[in-house]
This record gives sequence, C-alpha cells and structure tokens, in this order.
Amino acid sequence: MNWQVLTLTVQLATLTALILVLAGVPLALWLAFSPRRWKFLVEAVVAMPLVLPPTVLGFYLLVAFGNATALGRWYQRLTGSTLAFTFTGLVVASVLYSLPFAVHPMAAGFRGVDRKLIDAARTLGVSQRTIYRRVVLPLAWPGLLAGLVLSFAHTVGEFGVVLMVGGNIPGVTRTLSIDIYDQVQSLNYAAANQTAAALLIFSYGLLCLVYGLNRSFVWSGR
Amino acid sequence: MFALSRTLLSLLLLAAGAGTQPASTGQTKTVPELKVAAASDLSAAMDKLAAGFEKQSGIHIAVALGSSGNFFAQIQNGAPVDVFLSADKSYPEKLKQSGQTDGAIVPYARGQLVVWTANSTRLDLASKDGHVLAALQSPAISKIAIANPEHAPYGRAAVAALMHDGVYDLVKSKIVLGENISQTAQFAQSGNADVALIALSLALSEPMQKSGHYVLVPQNSYPPIEQAGVVVKSSQHKPEARRFLEYLTSAEARSILHSFGFGDPGLTDPNPDSIRAEAPQK
Repeated sequence: MNWQVLTLTVQLATLTALILVLAGVPLALWLAFSPRRWKFLVEAVVAMPLVLPPTVLGFYLLVAFGNATALGRWYQRLTGSTLAFTFTGLVVASVLYSLPFAVHPMAAGFRGVDRKLIDAARTLGVSQRTIYRRVVLPLAWPGLLAGLVLSFAHTVGEFGVVLMVGGNIPGVTRTLSIDIYDQVQSLNYAAANQTAAALLIFSYGLLCLVYGLNRSFVWSGR
Repeated sequence: MFALSRTLLSLLLLAAGAGTQPASTGQTKTVPELKVAAASDLSAAMDKLAAGFEKQSGIHIAVALGSSGNFFAQIQNGAPVDVFLSADKSYPEKLKQSGQTDGAIVPYARGQLVVWTANSTRLDLASKDGHVLAALQSPAISKIAIANPEHAPYGRAAVAALMHDGVYDLVKSKIVLGENISQTAQFAQSGNADVALIALSLALSEPMQKSGHYVLVPQNSYPPIEQAGVVVKSSQHKPEARRFLEYLTSAEARSILHSFGFGDPGLTDPNPDSIRAEAPQK
C-alpha cells in the first residue's frame, strides 16, 4: 500500500467534505424550505454531476483552467500557475463533482423535519436563524452526517475528473484511484489488487455506517 | 478533442462491426473485416493505412485506438481483436510469451520524440551541443507534460532524453504525467503545461501545428521506440491479419508512416521461429 497516495486521498476527501458541508447546508436549507417556483432549476444544476460523465466536467475544467479562458488567465496572473495539476485544482473539481452527494441527503434530512415543530417555534417568537440552529439542524443531523460521509466517500472514489485535470504528480495529484489504474496499466496486478481490495472494504464499511445510522434514526424517531 | 472523438468513433465501429459483417456480402465468399487495436500515436496514420490496405486487398479494417497497455490487458483477457499494433515491442513480446499470438512479431515503425511548446511560451529550443532539453531548466517553464513512463513508451523515452541532457533531476518537480501520449499533448495544447514531450506523429496533427511548434529530440538521446505488431491467436482471420502486417512493411505503407512522422523500424525480428519455440524468459 502506498501511504503517500493514501494520505493525499484522505486529505483531498476531508477538505472536500468540509467545504461541501459549509457550502451545502445553506444550499440544502434553501432547497428544502424556499417557496420559490423556479427552485427546480437550481435542483437540476445541483444534480447534474450525477448524470454527466466525469469526462464532461474534466474536459471543461481543463479548458477553463488553461489560458484559453479569461478565468484561467486571471488565475494564472494572480498565482503564476494554472489550477490544473495542483491540489487546489483537485479540490475545486471534487467540490463540484461531489456536490449532489452532499446536498441531496442534507436537503432530504431538512425536509424530514416535522413542520409542526418549526411552526411551534415560530409562534413562540423565535427568529428564523434560531429556528434553523436550534430546531432544524439538530433534528436533521443524520442527513447532514450522510452528506458529509457520502461526499467524502465519493471524493475517494473519484477517477475520471482527477485523471483529466490532475497530471498524476506523486504527493500532489496522484490519488488512490489513479494509483490503482497505474498499477493495472503497468501489469502490477498484485499491487493493484491490494489497494483495490482495501478500498472495497473501506467503502463497504463507510456505507454500512451511513445506512446503519439512517436505520437507527428512523427507529428512534418513530 | 479531435483524437478523443476519433477514438470513440472507432470503438463504435469496432463494436458495430462485430455483429454486422456477414449480412452485407451477398452470395460471394464473405469478405472478412479485420479488427485492429492500434496505439494512439497511430491515430492520424491509421485511416490512410487502412484505406491503402483495403484498396489492395479488398479487406476492410475496423480500428480501435488506445493505449498499448490497455489493449494488452484486454487481449490477454480475450478481447476479439485480430491484429495488435503496439507502440512498444514489449507488449507483443509478453503476449507471445503467454502463447496468445500467432506467428512472428513484426516491427513496423520507429516512433520519434519531439519537444513541443505553445506559440505563447517564450522558449528558445535551439540545440545547445545536441542537448535540446537543457532549455527546459528555464524558470519561464513551470510545467512539462510527459506520458507516464511506467506504462507509456514515449514517457520512458522522455525520461531517458531528459536524463541524457542532464536536466531530469532539475526539472523533475515540473513534470506532469499524461495517461497516454494524446493526453500529454492535450495538457500542453490547452495551455495548462508550457512544454510537452510527445510523438512527432501527434505534433504533426493539425490542432498541434496551429497552436505551437516543435523540435525533434535527437535519436541518440533515448532508446529507440520500436513499434511492433502481431496477429492475435484467437483471430478467425489469421491469413488476412498476417497480410495486413506484411502490408505495413511495404514501401507504400512505409511512405505513409513517414509522412505521419514515423521512422523505419530497426532490426526485423531476427529469428522468429526460434523465439516462438523457446518462449524466452525476459
């Protein structure tokens, strides 16, 4: 097992999951409670990474990062280098790619909160912010946790986007999935098998955690 | 982009060809369709080679382009391919060792390495005593794209050439790895890497010509990239497949390969029969 690759992957997934919780909670709250009619337009955008092949995102990100776009040129002037082939670039890509995996369970969690409790809090004169903080968030925590865990797991399992914008630099952009691909390409089936099997077990454990938590929540909630 | 869509198209053709061939040929003897798995540096040349062969023999060729390592693994696992054109001799040799080839390995071309820069990159690629790559030390260069040396022949050649010019350790931190030689080119063409070490055949393609320029890396600075082809044992069309490999060594095919940036292969397989009999260990 290549520890550098593992550490890098865990760092990438952790950072991505944290960013997605920070950005995902307000977005999920809005999706769950906003009365806006055009909400479905935003919902569709959030869900896009579920249906698009990673190559679409990877291709557009590579072009956007390069010097063919104003955005790419601006970033290169600012920092002296392109976002492609950097850890930061991978974080940007992963946040976009794992967005629905964070937002969907969170929004589902928020929607599941009993409306009567929210209305009760409101009649008691509590501000909207406090209702979110003291009533909605604590009741929706399994959804939040599922969003966190799933976006982490999905980032660990990311391949296509990383392959297209990462550049496979050891310690910077070589993640577990890329490493496995390299091992297979180099015909090191034994090494590939080792990493792949570890990932298989890890993913199963993580998903058991998510579903297990959901189950105990449903039971205790009834 | 162009190479990508072409690859997809050829895969589609390959898939479609699998089911449709007998219907089209009426009462005369069925004309077989050869399925050729070709290294991605052949992407531009393959159309002309296939057309030339079809004109001469009446045998149609369906091409799938991709990385030689991938095709190797697929053929090993029973992919329905008649001819495998690798960018590297080692994959056909490994197939031969595991008894999955028919007949001799045929070297058909020699790949040539170039250093390519975008028009916007300010870099003087003039050779300093034959050391073209010495210029890559320049602080103006922040990213150098090469193919992954672990499984791409051009990647191995790139590393060897950088070492030959004494700059590998100095530029190591600037290197980004493409999965195959086409992706390596695309890293530079999209403006994300300043320089790419790629196949001449790719540097000659239209999008790369338009957006940049290249200089040949001297042949003596890296081990030769011997491209070789082989007939796959499970092929149902072995005589036709063999004929196609023979066509690749003809004067006509040579001149097509030349025009797409390939050199002549070095030694031909010295003694194919002895190799087949002994199955060497290397």
